Amino acid sequence: MTMKVSSRQVDGVTIVDCSGRITLGEGSVILRDTVRDILSKGNKKIVLNLQNVNYIDSSGIGELVSAFTTTKNQGGELKLLNLTKKVNDLLQITKLYTVFDVKDDEAAAVKSFK
Amino acid sequence: MAMTEQRVSYTLDSSLETIDNAEEKATIIATELGFAEDEVMQISMAVREGAVNAVLHGNAYAPDKKVTLAFERTGDDLVITIRDQGPGMDLSKIPNPLAPENLLKTSGRGIFLMRSFMDVVEIRPSKTGTELKLIKHVHGTSAGGKEASQ
Repeated sequence: MTMKVSSRQVDGVTIVDCSGRITLGEGSVILRDTVRDILSKGNKKIVLNLQNVNYIDSSGIGELVSAFTTTKNQGGELKLLNLTKKVNDLLQITKLYTVFDVKDDEAAAVKSFK
Repeated sequence: MAMTEQRVSYTLDSSLETIDNAEEKATIIATELGFAEDEVMQISMAVREGAVNAVLHGNAYAPDKKVTLAFERTGDDLVITIRDQGPGMDLSKIPNPLAPENLLKTSGRGIFLMRSFMDVVEIRPSKTGTELKLIKHVHGTSAGGKEASQ
């Protein structure tokens, strides 16, 4: 299953609902293009909802890091929402759980932006 | 495809399709061998990362270079071998992705993930390519890859 994304606005925060696989190739490219597009429109509060992302490889992890740093470098914030157990485990073993702001409630995620 | 024999091997192109193909084969074979669902995921992901290294960093997508992938059941082990025809990996240049200065790097986690998921990871670089051997104990006595070595 390839990756699909759709974006919506909630109280000034762009929530990106992702589904499928974030892997080398199409999945990573779609995520990269989506985040760049959001930032180019001046939206700097981003939540990646990964509830339906069932698989991610090292390239996908790298793309999440890239999205995080790109957003931060432009004065914005990118947070992760609703991690599946697989993705959560991957972020734990790579110690990226300490880097990302991870939420499990959408309303709380939206409110957490300054 | 089935592991009715003790060993199956494939010669594959240096393409993105090969990476997905290798992962799918690993999933099927690990499932057939009776690994638990989380172990199947670990094995297929390790194979995917190995295939990524072979296709991207080894063969650099060169159409005239091939990736060979072999699955072998030996005693209590599933042994997976991935070979490329690249210039050979420089093991001294593999960074520790958990080091604070590397946490925000966008690459360099593939070998770390393989070591996390498999019981043994051996990397043998040479001037004619790199051979990667991934071993998972069938009965999972040391699952988690804490004994990983080169």
